Amino acid sequence: MITLYNKKLTLIFLSVFLLVFTMPFWKNMIKGSELPNPVLQTTEKECVESREYMRSNHMKLLHEWRDDVVRKNNREYTNSKGITFKKSLTGTCLGCHQNKQQFCDSCHEAATVRLYCFDCHNDPQIAEKSSNEGFHEKQ
Amino acid sequence: MKNNKLIEEKKVKAEMFSESDILEKKVSRKEFIKLGAIGTILATAGSRVFSLHADEKQQLSSQNSVRWGMAIDPKKCKEGCTDCITSCHEAHNVPDHHDKKNEVKWIWKENQQTLFPEKVSPYKKNENNLPYITLCNHCDTPSCVRVCPTQATWKRSEDGIVMMDYHRCIGCRFCMAACPYGSRSFNYKNPRSGLDKINSSYPTRTIGVVEKCNFCAERIADNKEPLCVINCKEKAIVFGNLNDPESEIRQLLEKYPSERRKVELGTGPAVFYLS
Repeated sequence: MITLYNKKLTLIFLSVFLLVFTMPFWKNMIKGSELPNPVLQTTEKECVESREYMRSNHMKLLHEWRDDVVRKNNREYTNSKGITFKKSLTGTCLGCHQNKQQFCDSCHEAATVRLYCFDCHNDPQIAEKSSNEGFHEKQ
Repeated sequence: MKNNKLIEEKKVKAEMFSESDILEKKVSRKEFIKLGAIGTILATAGSRVFSLHADEKQQLSSQNSVRWGMAIDPKKCKEGCTDCITSCHEAHNVPDHHDKKNEVKWIWKENQQTLFPEKVSPYKKNENNLPYITLCNHCDTPSCVRVCPTQATWKRSEDGIVMMDYHRCIGCRFCMAACPYGSRSFNYKNPRSGLDKINSSYPTRTIGVVEKCNFCAERIADNKEPLCVINCKEKAIVFGNLNDPESEIRQLLEKYPSERRKVELGTGPAVFYLS
C-alpha cells in the first residue's frame, strides 16, 4: 500500500502529467499521422533523375551541384539517361517544380528539416522578376 | 689506503676529462667555420635550383591557360554616368542600404587621388579630377586568398579569376583586412532588405558573408563579356585575355602607357588604367 502524504492531489497531478507525457502516442492514434504530399506541379514529364533516386538522394545531388558549379566551374550535369541539364537550383529544379511551398516545404516542414538554400537562392514566385527592365541581357 | 683511493679517483676524473677534451677538440674552430661556409653555400644554391621565382611560376601556369584582365580608359568615362555600376549591381542583387557604413559594392567610382596617391600632386585642382572606376583587381598573388581560413576564396587556375564561395565563407573578414584595394564588402545587414528588385536568375547573399566582383564568372562560362564592359556606352572598359598576344587588351596595353593600383605591394593586379 502506497503511503502518500496528499493522495488526492498527487494522483490528480500524476495522471495529468502522464497524459501530457504520452501525448505523442495517443494523439496520433486518434487522428493518424498524414504523410506529406508534395505537389509536383511540373512543366516537364521527367525529372533530372528517377523518383526513387530523387527521394533518397536529392540532398546529396544538390550538394554535389553546389560544389561543382561554384568550386569547379562544372555547370552541366548528364543524368543516367544521357540527357544534359544545367546545374541550377532556381533555374533547373524550381524551373519545373515552380511552387516551393507545395513541393519543398510540404515535406521539409513535416520533417522539420530547415532549408537554408533559399536564404540566398531565389524562389521564383517570391522574387520580383526584373525581366524586361534593367541592363542585364536576357540571352 | 685513503691516498690510494684519492689517487684512483683523480685518475678516473682525469680520464673522463681527457675524453671530453678529445670530443671537444674533434672539430677545431677552423674546421667549424669551413663547414659552416660550405653548408651555407649549398643551402642557398639548392634553394635557388628547386624553387621558382614568382614570375617563372606565373609563366609556367599561364602557358596553357587564360588570364582575364581589364583595361580601363578613364578619359572616356563620362561625368555622372553610372551605367557599369548599375548594370552590375542590379544583375547580381548587390544591395544598397543607403548607408555608408553598411555599403556593399562590387564596382564603384573613386577619384584619381585616392587610387594613385603618389602620382597625383596635391596641387591638382579637383575640377579636372576624372572619375575613375575601380573593382576587384583579380591579382596574380592575391592577399585575400592567402589569408582566407576556409578557402572560401581562391584563385582559379584555368583563368585567374579570384572566386568567392558564399556557402563556405564564415564572415571573419580577414580577406577584407588583407585586400589593399578595398574591393571587398561585408554584409552587415540582410542584403535582401537593401534590394528593391531581385533578379531571380542570380542568387543573393545572406547576412554575414563577404562579397566582391567576380568578373561575371557565370557569364564567362557562357563566353560572354562582363556586364560592366558591355553596358558602357563609351566602351571605356576593355576585357580580354592577357595571355593572348593578339587580344585587343594586349594590343591596347602595348600601344598606350598604363598603370595599376599599388604595384609596389607585389600583388600583381590585372586591372590596368590607360594613361
